[in-house]
Amino acid sequence: MVGYILRRFGAAVLVLFAISVLVFLIFFATPGVDPAARIAGKNADPATLAQVRASFGFDRPLPVQYAMMMKHLFVSHDLTSFVNRGTLVIPQIIDAVPVTLSLVVGAAVIWMVLGVAMGTLAGAMRGTVVDPLVMLLGVFGVSLPVYWLGEVVNLITQKELHDSVFSWVPPLGYVPISQGVGQWALHLLFPWLTLALLYAGIYARLLRGELINALNEDYVRTARAKGLSERRILIKHALRCSLIPIVSLFGLDFGALVGGAALLTEVVFGLPGVGKLTYQALQNLDLPVIMGTVLYAAFFVVLANAVVDVLYARLDPRVRRA
Amino acid sequence: MPEPLLEVSDLRIRFGGFTAVDGLSFSVRPGEVLGVVGESGSGKSVSMLGVLGLIRTPGAEISGSVVFRGRDLLTLKNAEMRAIRGREIAMIFQDPMTALTPVYTIGWQIAEQIRAHEKVSKRAARDRAITLLGEVGIPAPEQRVDAYPHEFSGGMRQRAVIAMALSCNPALLIADEPTTALDVTTQAQILDLMRRLRTEYGSAVVMITHDMGVVSEIADEVLVMYGGRAVERGTRREVFHGPRHPYTWGLLDSVPRVRGARARRLPTIPGTPGAAERGCPFADRCVHSFAACVEVPPLTGESGHLDACWLPEEERMR
Repeated sequence: MVGYILRRFGAAVLVLFAISVLVFLIFFATPGVDPAARIAGKNADPATLAQVRASFGFDRPLPVQYAMMMKHLFVSHDLTSFVNRGTLVIPQIIDAVPVTLSLVVGAAVIWMVLGVAMGTLAGAMRGTVVDPLVMLLGVFGVSLPVYWLGEVVNLITQKELHDSVFSWVPPLGYVPISQGVGQWALHLLFPWLTLALLYAGIYARLLRGELINALNEDYVRTARAKGLSERRILIKHALRCSLIPIVSLFGLDFGALVGGAALLTEVVFGLPGVGKLTYQALQNLDLPVIMGTVLYAAFFVVLANAVVDVLYARLDPRVRRA
Repeated sequence: MPEPLLEVSDLRIRFGGFTAVDGLSFSVRPGEVLGVVGESGSGKSVSMLGVLGLIRTPGAEISGSVVFRGRDLLTLKNAEMRAIRGREIAMIFQDPMTALTPVYTIGWQIAEQIRAHEKVSKRAARDRAITLLGEVGIPAPEQRVDAYPHEFSGGMRQRAVIAMALSCNPALLIADEPTTALDVTTQAQILDLMRRLRTEYGSAVVMITHDMGVVSEIADEVLVMYGGRAVERGTRREVFHGPRHPYTWGLLDSVPRVRGARARRLPTIPGTPGAAERGCPFADRCVHSFAACVEVPPLTGESGHLDACWLPEEERMR
């Protein structure tokens, strides 16, 4: 198992390296485009261009350029945005990470609990009226787009009913956890629920399907013949095996969301997270920031996948030796 | 004659309009091995699943009586039935590759069954699992107890499944084609094992199979089923040396002979399995069928060798 973990993380490091090279090449070695002009932003003066050329070593070979870029990013942390003149890129990302992490981790807890509960309920109560009801609820969650649902939630909690039922809801925005867990959670409550609703619906449907398959497996029949209780068969045997694909999907979703895919939720609820940072950088073509966030996103996707693979091996003994 | 351990009478299992088991009656005495033979779809497996209350298809209707140690299993509540399953009646299934939960060790799964029925510590259950694995012939059971099912070969898995079935020392073991998914040498080993365990544990065994060879190896009594009905029943000697039902003749003819002239083609029973709409279920495929076969023949006979066929005595010269 330890060997497997080491191998898996070794592979993750290699993948990260490959991604950084790829990103570097896309940004700096696309033929026919002057990278200095792109980094310097629109309408840059010749002095700025010269400064960019010197600082990124564009007159030197590509491997040296790559090394210098990585040094700016990871060693000296002094990559500068030229669009917002003088703003350092790395601190911006570092400030945004806790916001996104708070949002996604909280939502993930909610959607996993809800999704597993709904999926198990529907799968176990198949053939009764509970199953289609729960699934209908799931489809409802899946079909509400986050940007619409978020706006409606805001309309109700911040405006229409803010003076009566929802007077306890704080204004939009983010409060760091260092200022008290209560305020932090209260500010994030509706973003969490909004983001979790979609995923809870998807996970519930997926788990229901897996569970129904598992309940038809031979090993469940064996478990019944052993004289186990239905509850034990459901949880210890059928659910335990059905969770394996759910966990791998969770890793992909979680990594992507932390990497910036929670953009819509962040924008709607005014949370200054990574998604929002990327969104702004894209709007004014702030290349250094885009590059920073892309590498950051890749890092989380790869890390989440590695963690999930290790977890997967923990859950499924059959993959440990693969 | 000792009191029967299991007495099934007039068992009927219907799925919607389809009758899978149609008035099946048989009994098993303590320590006896009953071989239940028939083609696929003859209702062997489904009748045994019905005995254990393991049929869960919505809309399945089960009637008749299944008396085990003086109690009718069909009238028991779920919790009472659970206490019998696995402890007094254990079942082994056909495919050992899929019969074990893939994510738990073999030892864990055996201990789980022991602890479902007896108040013993985890440690004691595990120790018993090791002993059992040793008894069914798994080498180095102290190490193998912590192996996962995918780390076992098919034959070893079937041994583990048998060890699990025997873990609570059941009075009756129902084995549903336990050797079908295994290769021939492994089959022989598993049959040897079952014979040995039967003398050591004294469990009665119901052995479901389509393989006449397996029956001739292990059974004391033989029940031949066709189309959800019993068509012949008798001791192994009676059925193999004086088979009375045309279906049994067909089954025995379709086994290749080791001695004597080799047949150019192995004889087969014409047609495909499936009960006739009315009358004798085998009438459609029977070369001997005649006018009387439109009525369902009862299972009758003398001195325990019973058969369900209208054919007069003089035409059964074999």
